[in-house]
Amino acid sequence: MQLQTQTRPKLLSVLVMEDRIDAASAIQFKEKMRDLTQSGEPRVVLDLARVQFLDSSGLGAIVAVKKLLGPDRALELSSLTPTVEKVFRLTRMDSIFTIHPTHAAALSHVASA
Amino acid sequence: MSPAPDLAGAGTSHSFVLASDPLAVRTGLAKIAAAQPLSQLTADQRGTVEVVLAEVLNNVAKHAYAGGPGQISVSLRLLGAGLACQITDSGVAMPGNQLPAGGLPGRGADPASSYADHSLSDLPEGGFGWHLIRQLTEGLHYARVGGQNKLSFTIPL
Repeated sequence: MQLQTQTRPKLLSVLVMEDRIDAASAIQFKEKMRDLTQSGEPRVVLDLARVQFLDSSGLGAIVAVKKLLGPDRALELSSLTPTVEKVFRLTRMDSIFTIHPTHAAALSHVASA
Repeated sequence: MSPAPDLAGAGTSHSFVLASDPLAVRTGLAKIAAAQPLSQLTADQRGTVEVVLAEVLNNVAKHAYAGGPGQISVSLRLLGAGLACQITDSGVAMPGNQLPAGGLPGRGADPASSYADHSLSDLPEGGFGWHLIRQLTEGLHYARVGGQNKLSFTIPL
């Protein structure tokens, strides 16, 4: 599970370098995200542009990362591909995340929290 | 729904056998996606089929075979209205010999439900699989036959 990070003031971007987050990689994804987010930025943007496929285990891992960050930090998503967007929509998990169309939009977005 | 006579091989059944673990499911899905009949579908349609099959196959690996070794057979047939699927395994039966209830975890079957009012710690991290399967399939049917689980459904395309 390759994750590429970029740090800006108060914002950590994580680009997932894999084409899928599935039952075979969900636990590893969650553990790597836990390590990468130790630095404490209040906003974490997860860029899913390269992720073509997400199953319920991968979805559960993303929700788990949101819970790990706690109520004072935000996990936002960007660049959902069609199948990934569908999984978020059908499970209503699109209602609990701020979802940006592109990573650039996420960067220019001023957090309302 | 009209038939699709222009699709080469429409109506022909294609069978695949996978080993029962998450990595074998991933590899098997890639193989299925590249082969007939999925190779005839659009990327979006293929994505939908992959989501359904991933949920079904990972459920079999996790529950029917309880993480142990086993074989899963997948049979796919492209019809005019969608993709007819049958998944067979020799693991333990579904509890009560029936399908789990649908609905979103912690939300029930209300189609208008969302998680916007949930507190962070109450958000579910699992239990989405059967909801996704039910949302994306029609004619979902489960039978325990001769020591095997047989799950059949159609994915409308």
